[in-house]
Amino acid sequence: MLLIRCPWCGPRDEVEFHYGGQAHVAYPEDAEALSDEEWADFLFMRDNPLGPFRERWYHVHGCRRWFNAVRDTSTHRFVATYRMDEEPPA
Amino acid sequence: MSRRVDAGGSWIDRSKPLTFRFDGEEYEGFEGDTLASALLANGIIAGFTSPLLDRPRGVMTAGPEEPNAFVEISEPWFDAIVAATMVELVDGLVADPRAGVGRLPDAGEMPSVDAAHRHVHVETLVVGGGLAGRRAAAAAAKRGDRVMLVDERHRIDRPPDGVTVLPRTTALGVYDDGYVVAHERSATLERLWHVRATRVVLATGAQERFVAFAGNDRPGVMLASAAATYVERFGVLPGHRVAIFTTNDSGLESADAVRAGGADIVHTIGVGEDPSAAIEGVDLLLVSGGWNPNLTLWRSMGGGLRYSRRLATYRPDNVGPPWLEVVGSADGDGLPGSQAHWLEPADDYSEHFVDLQRDQTVADIAQALDAGLVSVEHVKRATYIGTAIDQGRTSGVLAAAIVNQLLGTGPDAQGPSGARPPTVPISYATIAGPDRGDLLDPIRRTRIHPWHEEQDAVFEDVGQWKRPRYFPRDGEDMDPAVARECLAIRNDAGVLDASTLGKIDVVGPDAAAFLDRMYTNRMSTLPVGSIRYGFMLGLDGMVADDGVAMRLGDDHFLVTTTTGNAAMVLDRFEEWLQTEWPGLRVYCTSVTEQWTDVAVAGPKAREVIAAVGTDIDLAAETFPFMTFRDGEMAGMPVRVARVSFTGELSYEILVDGRRGLELWKAVMSAGAPSGITAYGTEAMHVLRAEKGFVIVGQDTDGTVTPDDLGMGWIVRKDDSDFIGRRSLRRADALRDDRKQLVGLLPNELLPEGAQLVEEDTGPIPMPMFGHVTSSYASRTLDRPIALAMVERGRSRHGETLYAPLPGGTITAEIVPPVFYDPDGTRRDG
Repeated sequence: MLLIRCPWCGPRDEVEFHYGGQAHVAYPEDAEALSDEEWADFLFMRDNPLGPFRERWYHVHGCRRWFNAVRDTSTHRFVATYRMDEEPPA
Repeated sequence: MSRRVDAGGSWIDRSKPLTFRFDGEEYEGFEGDTLASALLANGIIAGFTSPLLDRPRGVMTAGPEEPNAFVEISEPWFDAIVAATMVELVDGLVADPRAGVGRLPDAGEMPSVDAAHRHVHVETLVVGGGLAGRRAAAAAAKRGDRVMLVDERHRIDRPPDGVTVLPRTTALGVYDDGYVVAHERSATLERLWHVRATRVVLATGAQERFVAFAGNDRPGVMLASAAATYVERFGVLPGHRVAIFTTNDSGLESADAVRAGGADIVHTIGVGEDPSAAIEGVDLLLVSGGWNPNLTLWRSMGGGLRYSRRLATYRPDNVGPPWLEVVGSADGDGLPGSQAHWLEPADDYSEHFVDLQRDQTVADIAQALDAGLVSVEHVKRATYIGTAIDQGRTSGVLAAAIVNQLLGTGPDAQGPSGARPPTVPISYATIAGPDRGDLLDPIRRTRIHPWHEEQDAVFEDVGQWKRPRYFPRDGEDMDPAVARECLAIRNDAGVLDASTLGKIDVVGPDAAAFLDRMYTNRMSTLPVGSIRYGFMLGLDGMVADDGVAMRLGDDHFLVTTTTGNAAMVLDRFEEWLQTEWPGLRVYCTSVTEQWTDVAVAGPKAREVIAAVGTDIDLAAETFPFMTFRDGEMAGMPVRVARVSFTGELSYEILVDGRRGLELWKAVMSAGAPSGITAYGTEAMHVLRAEKGFVIVGQDTDGTVTPDDLGMGWIVRKDDSDFIGRRSLRRADALRDDRKQLVGLLPNELLPEGAQLVEEDTGPIPMPMFGHVTSSYASRTLDRPIALAMVERGRSRHGETLYAPLPGGTITAEIVPPVFYDPDGTRRDG
């Protein structure tokens, strides 16, 4: 079971969290202006890299706050976690 | 004949004899024995049989790698199947041999297990209480670490100070970030340990390897180190006239230990001489084919292996996670070099056993290879080698080596097949621990629950809630009870405990703007004091939940959700507020349990509310449908909402949760002259279906748009955005052959889920045009009704569909989904 460092609560067991998919996929400014293809791209298409991946987590059974993380998908190792209002680490 | 000798016996206390039963006979052993050592001490050499071939088998090892000596324990605890080498002897133990397959007992037969779960955090967890493990634990304790040391045997010699030492505790699995689950078992307790460790040290030791030769499974063939263990720890001599077959020096040391116990070593056999020839002349044949580091846990965490020519086996490669390390003989340290000798050449390999617990031989491997398999993993799945309870502890490396040899590749071409947790079988009861029965999942009860129980309500589970399904009177079954409840609401008045509806308090300067984005209809134009019914869609445009919003103030709403979706909706609010619109000043709070909701419905609802006594003006003109009023009722502050899920005049009374039962009783008592009837969820479902009101999650399934439900009116047409809006213009959402909500008038009651076809007979498979989502016997209409999702349903009113079912075909006419009072004349009473 992963040990995930919530930016507010510190390291906690994975069971306290929900996974939230890829991070930094912003809701479109003007969804109506998008073509079907552009909307489908936003709605359905996500990256699936081998290696570092920026993703969202929700500390649902804790402080109930969303945050972002960089996790290595090949090792499950968390490179960093950071608040929603912080820039991703370089 | 006792095989107990005066030599050795460091683990047993000869002053403390114990009595136990095995296979129906009574025997004696000593405190400190394992069941296996006590059986050997009593001369039981062939007490077991093999699972497939029915061959006699005996104890072959002294540890968890045992492939033969499996037992069921029935007293003083229950274990369906466990190796006798791992059972600590206790007085009164009752065991019976099991041929590799456990038995699931009847519920009454199995003693209840009060398995506790313990959660601990340590800096260092050491798995294995041998010399290397104890050293690692002592060094960590000296550094100031909190240290836990677990070992699966019932005894840990010379435990280090300052360390939590857990004998009888098997590490079942090692998981990410130093998470280890371990199982502790003794006669008096069973515990599952959840350990989070900064650092995990695997001191899991090494196991002696077997060699494939003819008759290597016969009773009296034993791993050399096991025989030495039986002498040294238990004072048991497993045989008197002994031969030793070894590929390495440790075999000779083991033979010396057995000789010290009083045995004659009559043959010493090395590589090049067939040991099977020696079996007839001895009562114990010791085998040592070298040593394999025990790396099950290492490998389950992705740890790598590399072949060592000196050891003729695999050692850990340095590619595991940084918090995991392997020490001692598990790392190959101190193990004797060995010749790479796997099988004795022969013409017939059908009695050269590789996996004794699966009764699989070299001939079986050869057959798999002849069939064209070349991978060890495929051979494993073809032969089942390594898949038994022992998970290939004695057979894994051996099977891989034999595959390599038979294929003519190098000895390191393929390593052993993978391993995964749990390392030993444990019961589901242990995994569940205390999370059983009432503790399986939280049970939520409303404040009115005690009244429901007094009335002998029949409850149903809705999410975690217990809701009354119906209130049987005088031994009624469900159907008459529900019919009576339905008629009471249509003709007089009924009352429902609606407290389980999810309630979310939404407050803040941007609350209205936020709800506009979350719901398909506009909440910002709702006047204070009014209520609006709304749909919430997923980003994909499909209906996700419904509920009403009450506007309490310019910046304050109370939103309701379906009972089962309350947490989902609150989570969704939080997700959008935190991740997309952190600039919106909105705060959401779950207030589901802070309010009790008493819903009074029926033509006499106004009469009932007036009788309860309130300062709220109840006239339809001043208190119209879809508004709410704050006031007092029966001396309590209340908020009364005019919403209706039955189609009848209806008042939902919200009161401080703690006073809910008081209000309910006041309503029941004041409503008695009007014939007020408590009703449950079943009558509620029938009444709402008569009105064509959908239940999200029953009539919808995540593929349904508002338009599919004939509720396009709920989607606002201005140019402001809301979640899911853009998806409603996707080509798929605009298909003209989508399934649409319809009513069905069937000739008999349809089962929910029934598929609908166009012909009453025809070749199978028939094209399916829809399915039944809700179906009830309507007492109001005195006929069965149903709701269904049907392809192009709205344009097919009047047509007939068929539901072919095992008991015959049901015929149904398609009609509009509102069966009762389509003009809504009854909602104002």
